[in-house]
Amino acid sequence: MYNKGLVITGIVIFVVFFTSPFLIGLVKSGPPPEPELTPKAKLAKQCVEAKEYMVESHMQMLNDWRNQAVREGKRIYVATDGKEYTVSLQNTCMDCHSNKSKFCDQCHNYAEVNPYCWECHIAPKEKL
Amino acid sequence: MGVWVSFFAVIALVVIPLVGAQGAGQYLFGIVIPYLAVLTFVIGFIYRVVQWAKTPVPFKIPTTGGQMKSFSWIEPNPIDNPSSTGGVIVRMALEVFAFRSLFRNTRIELRDGPKLDYGSNKWLWVAALAFHYAFLVVFIRHFRLFMEPVPFFVGALESVDGFVEVGLPRLMISGVVLLLAALYLFLRRVAVPQLRYISLAADYFPLFLIIGLATSGILMRYFIRVDITSVKELVIGLVSFHPTIPKGIGVIFYIHLFLLSILIAYFPFSKLMHAGGVFFSPTRNMPNDNRARRHINPWNYPVKVHTYAEYEDEFREKMIEVGLSVEKE
Repeated sequence: MYNKGLVITGIVIFVVFFTSPFLIGLVKSGPPPEPELTPKAKLAKQCVEAKEYMVESHMQMLNDWRNQAVREGKRIYVATDGKEYTVSLQNTCMDCHSNKSKFCDQCHNYAEVNPYCWECHIAPKEKL
Repeated sequence: MGVWVSFFAVIALVVIPLVGAQGAGQYLFGIVIPYLAVLTFVIGFIYRVVQWAKTPVPFKIPTTGGQMKSFSWIEPNPIDNPSSTGGVIVRMALEVFAFRSLFRNTRIELRDGPKLDYGSNKWLWVAALAFHYAFLVVFIRHFRLFMEPVPFFVGALESVDGFVEVGLPRLMISGVVLLLAALYLFLRRVAVPQLRYISLAADYFPLFLIIGLATSGILMRYFIRVDITSVKELVIGLVSFHPTIPKGIGVIFYIHLFLLSILIAYFPFSKLMHAGGVFFSPTRNMPNDNRARRHINPWNYPVKVHTYAEYEDEFREKMIEVGLSVEKE
């Protein structure tokens, strides 16, 4: 092998860079988050839409809600099951899910999601 | 021909997990294939690099894109025609980070009559630069799924990448640039007749694969949504060697993961190895000091020679006999 020193240095850099998640994963890896439901949310049984839909697409719904409420003034949302909800993050969503740090933040921190909801909205005070 | 072969190969690669990633098949597409692909990638990459490192370079053939260092009163170009290791490092860095040799790309055209026109052609350079850097940003952004806790620079990069704040989840500029640049790189191959003529299946296949990969990623982020927390749980399981398959991840994720697995497993055997190969390009990595330093061909072996003096010693009598002149009587 020619230029042994240089080539081996290059290979080491390559291996360390591309296996870094594995190397770090071996040392430590946090457990998956467990978002907690408040008693009120548990009682309600069903969110605005089905759980799977909420888990995957709540951000798109919130985006639509914002556009509807702020730009079109439509403040009533009719869910697929016919129930009507007031379009409001603070008064509808956060009414049940009043535990932002134990609910929203759990998954958001895990997946490094930084929603800009709280640039305008004020998160409800939590009872600790 | 190559276009269609590659196109349908990638379509097949989308259909396979679409059909197969159900029930127990999820273990195959979510755990077994990704592990095998990473192994193939790392071992194959090292193998190719070692093979190159073992190959001798018989001649010094640096490209001489500038004035060579010669007389003191002639100004040399230390970067385009480096005479020292430092110059080579700068040239190499410009090549790796800024694709300098693509920047020099020219086009020859026959315009009005029998006259060739040479013109600068930067489109390939622009698209290649956009493509590679967008891919790098997308790759680094994915570290939010590979690591727990997430390294600080990922969030910072994401907020820059998503600063237009279009939609939710926020539109990432890098994803759009990546897809558009890859599409451009594909279109130039089919639209320019000369390029079409020299393009093979091996040129189209990685492009389609990357276009498919980017498309599935964009679909998954903005349209056919999956539960990102479960996805991260799966990925963290893989990197910490405690693989799990969380329930209810949509099939679009398995398509994305399978296309990625194929891409990185294919990587060491394809033209994509230019990532490692650029460092082994003799025209780039050698200083142009041919006249100052002798380059010995590493495969030179000692050649058995028969000098004239030895020849004369051997045949002296016979030479004198027939009247040939000799140096030593």
